Amino acid sequence: MGVSEKISDKIEREASIVLSKKMILWIFIITIVMMFAAWTSAYIFKRAEGNWLIFEMPTLMLYSTIVLLVSSFSMHMAYSSAKKDNLERVKIALIFTTILGFIFVVLQLFSFKSLIDKEIYFTGKSSNVAASFLYILTFIHALHIVAGIVFLLITLAKSLGNNIHSKNMLTLELCATFWHFLDGLWVFLYVFLYYIR
Amino acid sequence: MAHLEHTAVHGHDVHDEHHEEHHELSFIRKYIFSEDHKVIGKQFLITGLIWAVIGGTLSMIFRLQLGLPNADLEWLRPILGEWITPDHKLSQEFYLALVTMHGTIMVFFVLTAGLSGTFSNFLIPLQIGARDMASGFLNMLSYWFFFVSGVLMFISLFIETGPASGGWVIYPPLSAVQEAMPGSGLGMTLWLCAMALFIISSLLGGINYITTIINLRTKGMTFDRLPLTIWAFFLTAIIGVLSFPVLLSAALLLIFDRSFGTSFFLSDIYINGHALDHVGGSPILFQHLFWFLGHPEVYIVLLPALGITSEIISTNSRKPIFGYKAMIGSMIGITFLSFIVWAHHMFVTGMNPFLGSIFMLLTLIIAVPSAVKAFNYITTLWQGNLIFTPGMLFSIGLVSVFISGGVTGIILGNAALDVHLHDTYFVVAHFHLVMGSASFFGFMAGVYHWFPKMFGRMMDERLGYVHFWMTFVGVYLVFFPMHYQGIAGFPRRYYTYTVYNAFNSFHDLEAFISIAAFITFGAQFIFGFNFFYSIFKGRPASSNPWRSNTLEWTTPLHPGHGNWVGEIPTVYRWPYDYSKPGAEDDFIPQTVPYSQTASSNTEHDAELLKNEQSH
Repeated sequence: MGVSEKISDKIEREASIVLSKKMILWIFIITIVMMFAAWTSAYIFKRAEGNWLIFEMPTLMLYSTIVLLVSSFSMHMAYSSAKKDNLERVKIALIFTTILGFIFVVLQLFSFKSLIDKEIYFTGKSSNVAASFLYILTFIHALHIVAGIVFLLITLAKSLGNNIHSKNMLTLELCATFWHFLDGLWVFLYVFLYYIR
Repeated sequence: MAHLEHTAVHGHDVHDEHHEEHHELSFIRKYIFSEDHKVIGKQFLITGLIWAVIGGTLSMIFRLQLGLPNADLEWLRPILGEWITPDHKLSQEFYLALVTMHGTIMVFFVLTAGLSGTFSNFLIPLQIGARDMASGFLNMLSYWFFFVSGVLMFISLFIETGPASGGWVIYPPLSAVQEAMPGSGLGMTLWLCAMALFIISSLLGGINYITTIINLRTKGMTFDRLPLTIWAFFLTAIIGVLSFPVLLSAALLLIFDRSFGTSFFLSDIYINGHALDHVGGSPILFQHLFWFLGHPEVYIVLLPALGITSEIISTNSRKPIFGYKAMIGSMIGITFLSFIVWAHHMFVTGMNPFLGSIFMLLTLIIAVPSAVKAFNYITTLWQGNLIFTPGMLFSIGLVSVFISGGVTGIILGNAALDVHLHDTYFVVAHFHLVMGSASFFGFMAGVYHWFPKMFGRMMDERLGYVHFWMTFVGVYLVFFPMHYQGIAGFPRRYYTYTVYNAFNSFHDLEAFISIAAFITFGAQFIFGFNFFYSIFKGRPASSNPWRSNTLEWTTPLHPGHGNWVGEIPTVYRWPYDYSKPGAEDDFIPQTVPYSQTASSNTEHDAELLKNEQSH
């Protein structure tokens, strides 16, 4: 019963706490997946029933997709820079990612406007369920992006205080996981809405 | 490795607090915004019991209407006010509200939050050997989301237009069109808000349960040494995490339909001869989304009760649980199947009969794992040295109602039979036995069994026996006759059946059921008295009153935050070594290594002993 055994116990417990936090995020991601699975299934169900408006995806959404993909790259750059303890690059990459996130949200709002210009409405007499689904799926995803931006800002604040480096990666890892997930989710939604409409 | 070392050093300040057993938290941190899983479990328990009284009272009021339709209910006016009509009767709208709120409260607030919330929180860290949940903070949030959700639901009982009244399944268009009935206005809005918060609460809880069980088990606590309670809570949490988000999706779409003018679930509705603007939606779509949660919800309610029963029956039969791995396998089977049978609630929605028969087949397959569980309970009891504690009686009661309610499930699962039985009292009888009573019995069994661990005192056994027998006989007297009504086509949710000649002859039976229900409900107050009296004045408990094997009984009588003083015990064996041949005592706790039980080790154990020593 030496002191050394206690320390090894502690290391083990710490490792399991880190694992737990990652797992909490992953299960949270699963719940989001289930929500979107429900909506996309409902979409397919309703589409098969007929009375369906065949809409054109706004071109702006293609641009926002590209923006989000680029932001995933910069997110990864922040991650790999932090691993190499290149702290200045972490900061720049995180700021870049956050700005791209903002641009994405703004582009989504403008694409809503372009939809309205084409008389594709979310609600009201002349709206179709197809359009309502299009708005819901993209709007709720954008809400999640906003949550992701909040997470990014928290991570950025930590990074500006030089608290993110190769020996303290947890926050950044969680943030990156969430961000890549939101990116992947958007690509899925874009392809889904593009081909099944 | 560098990574690990760093986090260890970094985490010193955070985790040393577990060892400071003596440092006092303020009252608010200790009992109200507590992050201790044991306190949170008790918060869920007491809140759940309060909801059970409310939900039960609502059912008593509508049983008055059903059993004694001609009674003068003027004496209820001080409580119900305008819900008693000028001719001294219960108002029709309020009857529907009562049925709806009874269902909602019992299914979600009592048997989901009250049962799963209480025992998952209380038992998971104690039985797997952890200091606390993976995230005490999320756990605390889980309770307080539930609390706020409860406040909203409670407020909705007192608003002028009444609470939601479209049935606990809130099918549109009734729930989606605000003008449809009084309860579809503000009451329904509050219902949806409350349920959204409730879903967040159960997700936070479920995420925590899964993470804790996977990551924080003590040394030696492998998955094949977990008590069956933990397996049940684990699978329940998985079901919740996968199905509750779908209900949230459906609720959001419903909110948009109600308040923002979309028409996901609405089409071709006329009110007073005028067509609504909502066109092109599908009310059946809502049913699909709802029952994708709704059916797994049945098992969210039932599995914890089954897990608790496994543990209690094995302990009090002084026998290992029969078919430990079969029990796990059947629970996994039930978990999997629960997601692919939802449409058996929708046989009469005009679905393709071929699709109906597929869902029928899948539904009937659930009978297999359920039967495995029932047989295993019986074979565990068989030739055991039964000790009839109140907890044991409620567990055996669970097995009884689980079987008698389960067999009618096979009848209802048949698409052809369901056409006749759908929405009759046969359905009411079926699910009140197999889901309502069985889960409630498991709940009560758990309270009686773990009360000494929760409060350090024993509940009174004689009052427990009275409570059990009145409840057990009571639920059969209440729900069994309903099968006959259902077969005769008696529809559920009807305010007055006396205007139909076909059902008039059931008047006496209805009165009988109502009186039995009143007595059964009254018996619950014996429990209530016993529970609260024993918290303060009960006989002090010993540290292991049931002579049980699991880890929670190795903690101090009043465990502090962190559960164990000093190191967490290591686990060497499965939790069901009761009456092992050759052993000195009739139980060997999980913390006893094989090296100390040479007289009872089997050949297989000898191999485990070798492993034990090589480490």
